[in-house]
Amino acid sequence: MAIIEQPVTTGGIALAAPVTPTKAQGGFRRPVSTTGWKSWLFTVDHKKLGIMYGVMAMFFFLLGGIEAVMIRMQLAAPNGKVLSASVYNQMFTMHATTMVFLFVMPMAAAFANYFVPLQIGARDVAFPRMNAFGFWCILGGGIFINLSWFLGGAADGGWFMYAPNSGPIFSPSHGIDFWTLGLQIAGIASLTGAINLIVTVLNMRAPGMSLMKMPVFTWLTLVVQFLLLFAVPVITVALFLLSFQRNFGATFFDVSAGADPLLWQHLFWIFGHPEVYILILPSFGIISEVLPVFAKKPLFGYPFVVFSGAAIGFVGWGVWAHHMFASGLGPVSVAVFSISTMAIAIPTGVKIVNWTLTLWGGKLRFTAAMHFAIGLIVLFTIGGLSGVTHSVAPSDTQQTDTYYIVAHFHYVLFGGAVFGLFSGFYYWWPKMFGKTLNEKLGKVNFWFMVIGMNMTFGPMHILGLQGQPRRMYQWTEARAGEGFFNLAFWNRIASIGSLVLSFGILLFLINVVKTSRSKERAPLDPWDARTLEWMTSSPPKEHNFDVIPTVHHLDEFFHRKYEQDPVTHEYKQIATAEEILADQEAHADKHIHMPSPSYWPIVLAASLPVIMIGVIYSIPVAILGGIFTVLAMFGWALEPSTAPESDFDPPASGESTKELAPLV
Amino acid sequence: MSDVAVHEADHGTHGHITSTGLSNNKVAMWLFLGSECLLFGGLISTYMLYRGRVSIGPRPGHVFDIPFTSVSSFVLLMSSLTMVLAVSAAQKRDDRGTTLWLTVTALLGATFVGGQVYEFTAMYNEGLGFTTSLFGSSFFTLTGFHGVHVTVGIIMLMSLVGIIKRSDIPGDKAEVVELIGLYWHFVDVIWIIIFTLVYLIPA
Ligand code: HEM
Ligand SMILES: [Cu+2]
Repeated sequence: MAIIEQPVTTGGIALAAPVTPTKAQGGFRRPVSTTGWKSWLFTVDHKKLGIMYGVMAMFFFLLGGIEAVMIRMQLAAPNGKVLSASVYNQMFTMHATTMVFLFVMPMAAAFANYFVPLQIGARDVAFPRMNAFGFWCILGGGIFINLSWFLGGAADGGWFMYAPNSGPIFSPSHGIDFWTLGLQIAGIASLTGAINLIVTVLNMRAPGMSLMKMPVFTWLTLVVQFLLLFAVPVITVALFLLSFQRNFGATFFDVSAGADPLLWQHLFWIFGHPEVYILILPSFGIISEVLPVFAKKPLFGYPFVVFSGAAIGFVGWGVWAHHMFASGLGPVSVAVFSISTMAIAIPTGVKIVNWTLTLWGGKLRFTAAMHFAIGLIVLFTIGGLSGVTHSVAPSDTQQTDTYYIVAHFHYVLFGGAVFGLFSGFYYWWPKMFGKTLNEKLGKVNFWFMVIGMNMTFGPMHILGLQGQPRRMYQWTEARAGEGFFNLAFWNRIASIGSLVLSFGILLFLINVVKTSRSKERAPLDPWDARTLEWMTSSPPKEHNFDVIPTVHHLDEFFHRKYEQDPVTHEYKQIATAEEILADQEAHADKHIHMPSPSYWPIVLAASLPVIMIGVIYSIPVAILGGIFTVLAMFGWALEPSTAPESDFDPPASGESTKELAPLV
Repeated sequence: MSDVAVHEADHGTHGHITSTGLSNNKVAMWLFLGSECLLFGGLISTYMLYRGRVSIGPRPGHVFDIPFTSVSSFVLLMSSLTMVLAVSAAQKRDDRGTTLWLTVTALLGATFVGGQVYEFTAMYNEGLGFTTSLFGSSFFTLTGFHGVHVTVGIIMLMSLVGIIKRSDIPGDKAEVVELIGLYWHFVDVIWIIIFTLVYLIPA
């Protein structure tokens, strides 16, 4: 039980909150450490979990990056010898899997976890233990998938794992089994996370914060969680069918038994297209926070950004077959999906217009975060345009399965999603760690990444249109052609570009280390920000806010700092962040009731890989894992989410008590 | 989900104010069921695509025993009725009534699952295994997933009976009963759809 009897007020550094041990519940005493490794292992604090998600995602980003560089080294010269054909297949499969499921998604979850409660003025998420459970699931799933490298080879069917190519005949190693079952575990994390964040956003907003007063990052995160809620079960079905086929002899994708090879493709892409919005919308949300702050203007057309985000969330369900234009769907389906795909570019374009008009006439400050945000706008637009060229089905028939597609999705994913996340790092670092990342190094970091990214992925447009297929492990001199568009030259440029890009990312890591060593603390409100997460100390106290704010405006924090002159319509400052914080501390809520740490999330999450290992190697182990799972669930169910009332003093009459909304 | 719900009532937080006025647990349960719709949607689509694809082994019409399954479906439907009675007893803070009706619901559910086990065995003896044909694989996967959902429901019901018996405050699990009730009705509705599409409409 973490009960904070007195809000901690010293100089913005959160002190350890006093914690009372409670009597045994569900068989164990609750964990109570507030420092050391135990405080991380058993934590249910959304901020700690956010950081844990971030560290994990960064690790997998580096892993996926190493895989990418190996691919590019293999393709740098004709008849590449760096990787064998079989390892090459594993490499591109695991590169994509890692980047999509183990980097971008968890990194977006890191920001969502950390900042959504802060942006809506809440003290935690609705279900803190489920939050911790989700983190341990994604970590367990990620490790599980990668175990296959050491156990006979990783998955090698490409990240969309088309059937029947993913069947046991074509891929006899256990790689795809690990992939399928590991993604199931990761899927649990996405599903619980989605439920948790939707409930949090719907139910735990600070008084006065109507939906249309919510920050855009929170809004787009909400849209993403709905996409996850409905997309994850579809891939879950597909993954079940595949593992039943591979592990229990079912016939779902056995063409000789009459199976339809398009079943997998439909299921995968019904999930897969919403998934690309799951990847990009968090970054759209981040730059929709960053641009107004550094343009010193409210976001242009807030309702348009929100509604186009929701529109993308709806239309995104009706375009999946554009990934299947070459599969013989028939002219009617192709025409319908071609047109719906063109249509989805509209709400996307709306956002680009809004961001541009936010910058228009603003007092621009070119910080590192702003660099990355503008980088996103430009690079994503290039990727969006090549996307529109794929939506024209006859043209796509030429492009599909070539490097042109690889160019497209890297512009939207690297130039879009990843640049947005980096913008978020530079913008929110001072909030999360109380120190600002070095701005100068940040800009160098940015330029290396932009140049590297354009050198790597730009030439791929040419390579693709010249006919270089994707997923081919070698190209030959004889086929490279001549003149300006010869494959040899552009492949070499792309490979050199990947090293420039890697160096840019290395600079970011150096920046992190440098910043963590520096003693200099960030100012309370380094960017003159607009939203609630900046209205508390940095890093925030365990209970986030001393007083739950009452919200009157969109951009509430800005309106507490500035007031509009009724005559001149100029904004003039009426308070500083320090004053606002001091005022909150002076009127702090007396009894703040925070969720208690728990063993059960990690125990429950750890029992899932045991089941999965059992499915692959030996059913008794799976049954053992199942028993552990059930026991852990009972342990969880019998443990109250917060310690019993008797553990803390009831408020003396007249004192106010602020609790979280119901916590589980 | 029940584990999520159980403690909610433990510290009697019904009075909490949320932005929507709905309890967190209830919103979460609705969201979870929304997600489940797509899970079953995917499984049902797979079955509908594959039900006529039999290269070896029996065809759908040959293995279904419609009168038998109709009876077990009726039993499952009745369990929804008893679940309603359990919820209403819980809201009246009548713990004895609640545990009684929860137990009856669980027993009816168990009867249904027992019927399913019997049915599966009979089909297997007629030559329809999980790996026999596309029809076999997709039929057992779909109905098996449903059966697992009913079984999980039974476990939740029985655990809830145990927990209510142990607690001293009468009626304090009313919301949990309601949430498990939602889940139970959902599983029943899914069965009605499966029964109609799989058994009643000929392939
Ligand atoms: C303007 C909006 C967009 C349009 C019109 C569009 C269109 C398309 C089309 C038609 C394809 C299939 C090409 C083929 O395989 O032949 C495709 C592939 C792809 N797109 Fe987009 N796209 C758009 C935005 C995005 C975004 C925002 C993302 C992710 C952040 C994304 C990620 C991908 C990926 C990963 C693939 C390749 C999938 C694969 O084959 O592995 N796209 N896009
Ligand atoms: Cu798509």
